[in-house]
Amino acid sequence: MPAARTAAGRVGRRARPGTGATGRLELLESLLVAGDPVQCAQRALSWLQRQAGVRRGLCLAADPGESPRLLPLASLGVSDAAAARFSVDLEMRDHPLTRALLAAGPVLMPSNGSGTPVTPLGKAEVQAVPLAPLRAGDLPAGLLLVTPPTPAVARDARWLGRVLGPRLAALTAAGRLEETGRRLQRERGLLSSIINAVTDPILLTDGEGRIIIANARAETLLATDDEQSEGRRRAVALNNMLFSAALTRRAIEGAEAPRHEVPLVDPVDGSDLLFELLSTMTSDAREGTGIVSILRNVTDLQRATAELEENYRKLRQTEADARAERDRLDLVIDSVADPILVTDPGGNIVMMNAPAEHLFTAAPGVSSAEAERLVQANDAHFSSFVSNLFFEGDSRRRSGSINLVDPGTGAALPMEAISGKIVSEHGEVTALVTILHDRTEELERARLYEELKKVSAELEVKVREATAELVRQNELLRRSHIALEQASALKSQFLANMSHEFRTPLNAILGYTSMLLKGVSGELSPHQRRNLERIDSNSQHLLSIINDILDITRIEAGKMPLTVADFPLVDLVGEVLAEVEPLIARTKLEVTSRIDRALPMLRSDRQKVKQIVINLLTNALKFTPQGWVKLTAAHDPDTDLVAIVVADSGIGISPKDQQVVFEDFRQADDSPTRQYTGAGLGLAICRRLTSMLGGELTVRSAPGEGSAFTLALPRVPKDAG
Amino acid sequence: MIAAPPTLVLLVDDYADNRDIYVQFLTYSGLRVEEAENGHQALDKAFALKPDVIVMDLSLPGLDGWEATRRLKDDPRTRDIPVIALTGHALAGHSRGAFDAGCDAFITKPCLPERLLDEIRAILAPGRPRSGDLTP
Repeated sequence: MPAARTAAGRVGRRARPGTGATGRLELLESLLVAGDPVQCAQRALSWLQRQAGVRRGLCLAADPGESPRLLPLASLGVSDAAAARFSVDLEMRDHPLTRALLAAGPVLMPSNGSGTPVTPLGKAEVQAVPLAPLRAGDLPAGLLLVTPPTPAVARDARWLGRVLGPRLAALTAAGRLEETGRRLQRERGLLSSIINAVTDPILLTDGEGRIIIANARAETLLATDDEQSEGRRRAVALNNMLFSAALTRRAIEGAEAPRHEVPLVDPVDGSDLLFELLSTMTSDAREGTGIVSILRNVTDLQRATAELEENYRKLRQTEADARAERDRLDLVIDSVADPILVTDPGGNIVMMNAPAEHLFTAAPGVSSAEAERLVQANDAHFSSFVSNLFFEGDSRRRSGSINLVDPGTGAALPMEAISGKIVSEHGEVTALVTILHDRTEELERARLYEELKKVSAELEVKVREATAELVRQNELLRRSHIALEQASALKSQFLANMSHEFRTPLNAILGYTSMLLKGVSGELSPHQRRNLERIDSNSQHLLSIINDILDITRIEAGKMPLTVADFPLVDLVGEVLAEVEPLIARTKLEVTSRIDRALPMLRSDRQKVKQIVINLLTNALKFTPQGWVKLTAAHDPDTDLVAIVVADSGIGISPKDQQVVFEDFRQADDSPTRQYTGAGLGLAICRRLTSMLGGELTVRSAPGEGSAFTLALPRVPKDAG
Repeated sequence: MIAAPPTLVLLVDDYADNRDIYVQFLTYSGLRVEEAENGHQALDKAFALKPDVIVMDLSLPGLDGWEATRRLKDDPRTRDIPVIALTGHALAGHSRGAFDAGCDAFITKPCLPERLLDEIRAILAPGRPRSGDLTP
């Protein structure tokens, strides 16, 4: 210990060596100012060297630790290394130094001759003086070994043993206390580091809930200062409230409650945290009752638990879905009318639907032997088809045909088989799904189709023949049409010629009759005149028939030209009445006409209109035995039609005859014995003329109640604008 | 005062009875009548006699009435003589054909004798424009 020795030397140089009481006082002073036991011991040994002529010395301190030992404090005249190496185990009760230490007073340790020296002081005699303890009864503070053991040395060493021991003890105790304090401080720091290192908040609270100790995490959550933000302070306040509430609840519910959860807020990021509160009461004589609380962060745990539950729920749902899907699939597969089979790579059927079962399974004992044989045959056919596919190359699908037999009926079932390979991720074929489709109907359809084609071809031939026939018929029709047209033209020509041929003699008859009646050949007797008049009248009638026939011929041949002009209807009616007057005169009928004077001009063929009106009027006169005939005309501005109505109180026409009267050569009474004369061409011509003029001729009548013929003509012909 | 000579009518018709009727009646009515049975005769008599008026049946054997009229109207000697066409053909086209041929009037048979007389008197009435008046 160089520092100690240097200090000792300094002291030694400064202090003047003294004798007797003066020397002892100086030493005591120097011992009192010495700061530690080593310095103390060094000074004591130096003092003995000077005072009593000690040559070699060693001061040992008794360490009362777990294994009590004597340890060197300071040495004199001994190498530092040798001194430092030296120590004595006090458990070794027989050791001379142990005995010396526990001896009541100084012990003279004799020279041990040729044996190993007991002390580092060598083989010489050694004076051992125990150093008195601080308190009587305690273990001595140490042992002082000095040589040579002169009487002066013995005297001063004994004194020194009484004063140095308590001083060393005191210094050692003070040193130990300081050491303990440092250790405690270190331990406290370590503890603090440990609890701060714990990520869970740890707190110690007193009986009123005030926080006494909190680790860093707890402080983050529950402590604040004014420098922190408002939000953070508020979060901390809320946390404190929540924590207090949790503690209170725990106090009420007791520690037995399984879990105390405390929801807190992270003041830093504001996220929600969930803690489990574990708290223990502590009792301390001085501090009173406290509660140690550990908050375990279970936020993630809760999240994980929730996730776990959700996953479990999903798993259950998926499982249920899969089951439902599977059930549905089974149902679908079973409801498919086509047989479906699943085969493993070994060619074994692992699954089939009901229609497939019908073909490939036979219930032993229930099915007939024949059925079993057929099932086996089906199986063989199917296996052969499937095994071929397994060895086939890359194609995933294959279709082919298999001829199976219905085991129930023995009927042949030509099947179309479509197989698909189910390939695993590694490219291995794990299964084969085969769907069989009954081709019976298809084949039947194909046969029917062929038949249909044949029939169709036959039909086509027939149609072609029929078409050819039709063409031939058409040609015939065309020819006959031409012939008919020619015939029609010939008929018109014939009628024209006949008309001419008739007229020539008729001209002569009428001419001669007229001359006779005029008296060209002299006076006639009344009888002759009457007969001539009959001839004349019949000739006139014949002429009118010929004229009618001629008119129809002309209309039909399109050789009746129209001459359209504006004319007043009133004048035309006047002319008609004048012409018909001779006829009217022969009847006793009341003939009246009422024409609106404001009637507009009519644009039409005057001659034709006149012909029609004369015809209607003469008919009315002819078929009205008694009563009246009325001729009226009016204009309807809405339809712009001019209606000329010839009404009578005559015999009338039955509904079924109302169309007949407009036909050629027809009268209502068509019998050979009919009462009324006339060729029956009048109305037929009238209707034809009316339609040429763009008008309409209608009749309203009832038998016995007279007739009303209406000639409705457009005031202006439509095509004429 | 010398009375004007009676009107001379040339009546052309192939049908004897019709000729007879009109001859009787026109003569009875104070006119002179010459007859022709066909177209050629009609032309000959017209050129020879220069009648005041010609009544021409259109349907005639040999040279028909239309052709005969056309020749009469083409000849300066007979151009001014009015021709009254008389026909049993009532179909459309006959009258047109007659006028095209140069006829001055057109009557359809049957035609009573007095009607023919009226027609002759009308066509010969003074002041009535004749086709001949129009030629220089």
